[in-house]
Amino acid sequence: MLAKRCNKLRERIVERIFSVSGAITTIAIVLIVVFLFREGFGLFGSSTIENGYSLFVNAKNDISSLSPTDTKRIFDGEITDWRDVGGKAGEIKVFRFDEIFNLYSEDAFGDNYALLPDKLAEVIDNNPTIIAFLPDKYAPKPSSVVKRLTDRRITAADFVLGTQWLPTATPSPLYGMLPLILGTLLVSLFAVILALPLGLGVAVYLSELSDNRIRRIMKPAVELLAGIPSVVYGFFGLAVLVPLVQRTFALPVGETAFSAGIVLAIMALPTIISVAEDALRSISPAMREASLALGATKWQTIYRVVIPCAKSGLLAAIVLGIGRAVGETMAVLMVSGNAAVMPHSLFESVRTIPATIAAELGEAPSDGTHYQALFMLGCILFIFTSIVSIAAEIITKKHHTSKEL
Amino acid sequence: MNRKSKQTIAFGAFRLLSLAVMGILLWILGFIIYNGAGAMSIEFLTTSPKDNMTEGGIFPAIVGTFYLVVCSMAFAFPLGVMSAIYITEYASNATIVRIIRIMTNNLGGVPSIVFGLFGMSLFVNTFGFGDSILAGSLTLGLLILPLVIRTTEEALKAVPDAYRSGSLALGATKLQTVRRIVMPAAMPNIITGLILSIGRISGETAPILFTAAAYFLPQLPHSIFDQVMALPYHLYVLATSGTDIEASEGAAYGTALVLVGIVLLMNAFAGVIRRYFNNKMKTY
Repeated sequence: MLAKRCNKLRERIVERIFSVSGAITTIAIVLIVVFLFREGFGLFGSSTIENGYSLFVNAKNDISSLSPTDTKRIFDGEITDWRDVGGKAGEIKVFRFDEIFNLYSEDAFGDNYALLPDKLAEVIDNNPTIIAFLPDKYAPKPSSVVKRLTDRRITAADFVLGTQWLPTATPSPLYGMLPLILGTLLVSLFAVILALPLGLGVAVYLSELSDNRIRRIMKPAVELLAGIPSVVYGFFGLAVLVPLVQRTFALPVGETAFSAGIVLAIMALPTIISVAEDALRSISPAMREASLALGATKWQTIYRVVIPCAKSGLLAAIVLGIGRAVGETMAVLMVSGNAAVMPHSLFESVRTIPATIAAELGEAPSDGTHYQALFMLGCILFIFTSIVSIAAEIITKKHHTSKEL
Repeated sequence: MNRKSKQTIAFGAFRLLSLAVMGILLWILGFIIYNGAGAMSIEFLTTSPKDNMTEGGIFPAIVGTFYLVVCSMAFAFPLGVMSAIYITEYASNATIVRIIRIMTNNLGGVPSIVFGLFGMSLFVNTFGFGDSILAGSLTLGLLILPLVIRTTEEALKAVPDAYRSGSLALGATKLQTVRRIVMPAAMPNIITGLILSIGRISGETAPILFTAAAYFLPQLPHSIFDQVMALPYHLYVLATSGTDIEASEGAAYGTALVLVGIVLLMNAFAGVIRRYFNNKMKTY
């Protein structure tokens, strides 16, 4: 009696343990989403000026706030007149905090730099066309002579549509992800276009033409291709493809979108092959037999019956191949050259989203906007790959239901 | 052109494409093995890097990767297998099963660098583990979880329902059926999945970049809260950011060969197990 009860209890406990592990898995996934998006969305609403600093102008200046791009161009010396940013004509005098130490001797600032803000106010008062980039700690109080430029906030539009990715620029870093998005798409689409004929060809060969003996060699080979670590692909690309591309096309550097595309194509092959082969194999033999019985050749059967029937599965293979290429990090980081500029051709260096995260996260302080911007890129990747998985699922599901009819 | 010759041309093209893919694989493997073999020696495998990584071996990286693999599998394997058992054998609520399945499918497609971001945010910063074996292993474990769940699910589904019915009809309880009948039958495939997961984990770089990996460490890690060197990260460092890339080339080829060797070994091992048990099944 007791033993039976114990047994029942044990059954219950073990079942609970199983269900709890299922729950943990689900929670882990929810956590990933929460953490990624919590860090990422902190970016929007942050000040466009570096944390802990502000911009100041003379109180007589009409300008009351500047866009991050204008700020950057002023401090880079590309804009030199207030007229160009909508103010009264007058040559802009850029003033950085350190310069104060050239104007006054150390003891003019008093104990603990107590007089430093006053001296800074003096400088701003004396230069009607000045723009000063100062730490908040020593900043002069806004007064009749000093005006603090109002903070702008980073918006989603700045992020999505910005064409410059300069995360370490001071005083206002630029987080425009357009060059990264375009770089990612350029490399991935090129890779998939290269990989498609190869992948689909091998899939047709494996499912329709090869005998068992060849399959027994090819299948593990494809698995092996999928198993080689991405950093080894990157190394192979760096050691073999990059010099080859450089020599063949007589380029100044071989680290280009072209090289990255080739490496990614090889890496996307196993995904495309196995998904496409599954799709072709799932076509029932009755379809093939019917076609052959009507006098069609084997090729006509494949071309006119098997491939059209497996269309949606093949589409899923393409979609998953793109997903694989877009998310690939290490290999691309190693062979693409990583120049964060708007891509113009395949033979230039590009930078993809995953490579940006991998290259910059180590240097981004964990409370700054740069860190948040990289998480936002992670969110974009996450959303993109989720759409890819869901799309592939919907495509194949439709395929299955239509087959049952 | 008649349809027979069209067929000949088409089939020829497919054969050629397949040969090309095999050729690419052989090219990559041949390149790594040919160049790596020169750097390979007992000394290379058992000593630390010296002179800015231009001399010496990769022993700390091998040990580090070993720790990461063991710790991450210790976390992901039981969790994944139990989740899969729950989904296939226990869960009666179709919605829950669907939610878990959608979640894991989705997770399987998430790029590894996103796991790195998450691991850094949760394990390194929020939990305060710092860059450590623990943080890296948990990140890698999450990455591999979908694969473990999927392979286990497939293994369990491959066990015929007649086994379950037979066991239950003899009066066995659900747990007894799962433990004595279903699991032993599914075990070869589950183990195969485990081995392939190990191969995959040992080559992942992006997730450990910010959660565990160190550029160079003078000594082996003492606890799971220490940073480690790891093979894939070591190869990345040697190939891209060493102080003297030319001089460390030999070490880079050697490291690449060790990485490829692990994958080859794991795949071969999985193949042997699969074949062995398939033959055994046939004799019943």
